[in-house]
Amino acid sequence: MIEKTVKIVNKAGLHTRPAATIVKLAAKYKSEFFIYRDGMSINGKSIIGVMTLAAEIGSELKLTFDGPDEEKACDEIVAYFERGFDEL
Amino acid sequence: MKSFTNLYKNSENKIIGIAAAPGIVIGKAYLFTKEKLNISKAPITNSDEAISNFEEALKQSKKELNKIFGIAREKMDDVRSAIFEAQLMILDDPILLGNIEKRIKAEMVQPEFIVSDEISKYQELMIISHESYMKERAQDIEDIKYRIIRNLQKKRWQSKIEKNLIVVSESLTPADTLLFSRRESLGFVTDHGGLTSHAAIISRSLNIPAVVGTHNASTLIKDGDTIIVDGFHGYIITDPTEVQLSFFTEKQKKLFEIQKGLEEFKDKPAITLDGKEVNLEANVDVTGEIDIVITSSARGIGLYRSEQILNELESFPDEEEQTAIYSRLASRIYPKFVTIRAFDIGGDKFRFSEYKEPNPFLGLRGIRFLLENEKLFRTQIRAVLRASENKNIKFMIPMISTLDEVWRSKEIIQECKSELKKEKVKFDNQIKIGIMVEVPSAAVMAKEYAEEIDFISIGTNDLIQYLMAVDRGNDLVSNLYQEFSPVVIRTIDHIVKAAKHSKIPVSICGEMAADTLAIPLLVGLGLDSLSMSPVTILYAKRIIREFNFKDAKALADECLKCKTEIDIQKKVKKFFDDNNISRTRNIL
Repeated sequence: MIEKTVKIVNKAGLHTRPAATIVKLAAKYKSEFFIYRDGMSINGKSIIGVMTLAAEIGSELKLTFDGPDEEKACDEIVAYFERGFDEL
Repeated sequence: MKSFTNLYKNSENKIIGIAAAPGIVIGKAYLFTKEKLNISKAPITNSDEAISNFEEALKQSKKELNKIFGIAREKMDDVRSAIFEAQLMILDDPILLGNIEKRIKAEMVQPEFIVSDEISKYQELMIISHESYMKERAQDIEDIKYRIIRNLQKKRWQSKIEKNLIVVSESLTPADTLLFSRRESLGFVTDHGGLTSHAAIISRSLNIPAVVGTHNASTLIKDGDTIIVDGFHGYIITDPTEVQLSFFTEKQKKLFEIQKGLEEFKDKPAITLDGKEVNLEANVDVTGEIDIVITSSARGIGLYRSEQILNELESFPDEEEQTAIYSRLASRIYPKFVTIRAFDIGGDKFRFSEYKEPNPFLGLRGIRFLLENEKLFRTQIRAVLRASENKNIKFMIPMISTLDEVWRSKEIIQECKSELKKEKVKFDNQIKIGIMVEVPSAAVMAKEYAEEIDFISIGTNDLIQYLMAVDRGNDLVSNLYQEFSPVVIRTIDHIVKAAKHSKIPVSICGEMAADTLAIPLLVGLGLDSLSMSPVTILYAKRIIREFNFKDAKALADECLKCKTEIDIQKKVKKFFDDNNISRTRNIL
């Protein structure tokens, strides 16, 4: 299992569009992907779950990846967070 | 005017809201409330059957949403309609669906109860968030929940809606608004929402009068009430008196006649009696307006406010998305042209910076913001260039106040061009780059600016505010916002002369261009183009066809000598009388 902490860097935060993109990225991989925030664990393959995360700029989220392709999944999804959901 | 004030402005039976889409309608109200669903928790005996019912309901919901998504794509652009995509994804959410099916089997109760219970869980999480947009998001989820449950109960998609009604509702989802427009709804009234709400944007695109943000219209208006909606002023008259009814019926009739009368100008040029042609162009806020532009006889789009894209997206679209939006715009309007204005962010429009500016109108907006956020500016420039393949795009930079800003912008554009050349991407290497002249410092040195660029567009709204040092939204001083102030007229004259000196085109894209009273004066001052909301183009054309350019020029010369706004207005009004031009907009 891989664990990573990511920071929200785009101004609009984790809004509906990036939420949808994250879920689509996660769906490509077999590994389980979870997002932790405020004591909740949200399955990253669930759009409705990811949509409950109100993550504004500056907030930190813990991500975990677990499965046969965890490294690839982690690389791609973490990079998407780091690129500020391509909104920088 | 007195009757107008008595009947209307001072009337007690009116509700005030925000004028979201122009037009006047009188009709019966249809109070749209989402039908309360009774959710049964009754036990079931066959879980397989329940699950197959659930799957069937999902399938039906998907079918409905796909249809809405389809209408949205046809009426709005892809990126805007993407708000429906997340809703569709929820219907495929493996975790949500998995949990629901598991619980149906384990608890052996009606699927509708489980669906409601599961989705509400997420909604509660959204509602407790202190972010206001999360509450709206909870509302979107409500839409999905409602849809699945209704399909489980095998109720029909749309409760019977009669045609030709005014829809009154607490709020309208984008899906509702689109569907009602399909039912030939006459108008929209909502309690919530502002100018940028979905209901407002969609109704403007579809040319359906709307008043939003009334706070309590849906509690004050009853189903079947006759109401009057004035989308010009943002008023609703409830329970109108006979006098009010006849007053507005008359108004509506006149409006209709004028519009019908204007039709004859559609295929005629905007040309003065003595043969001077004026380019009438359209200002575009919403993609849906392009349809109106295409049928409006506009020469092209004089102002495309690109920042409107951000309104809908809550975020900055990336290069691909922007390229798609601009390409679509350019190809729809082809062979006419579109002038894309770079994101004019800041001031009253957006506040993206975390730092709260004490005086945003004098702060980081327009080109200042773009140069501070160069990456974003480059993304837009690249997207505009990539969309310029058919050579019908012009690019315009807002809020220029120093020559350095022009030079720096040109450098960046040049760099973007070089990149694209290296990447072997096709674009219009000769793309015309212009600036908005809306800051006095740029107006004063217009000659120097004109030597650097391909065209000038005068943004009168801001120019007047900055020239007169007056915030026109401030009631205490808004009387000082004077379109016909000698200062404004002389400044426009100064800019036009500078542009002519460098032989570059000059246009006006502020609201002044749409003020029919100002048209002869502006034409007389020598403006080549006037850019205005597409629905006003025919009004302007009618006026231009009724006077001689040489007389308008004489009018401008006289006005340039005036010392007060009142003097200028008198001369302009006399011009209308002398030339027997009737002022249509007065009746509105």
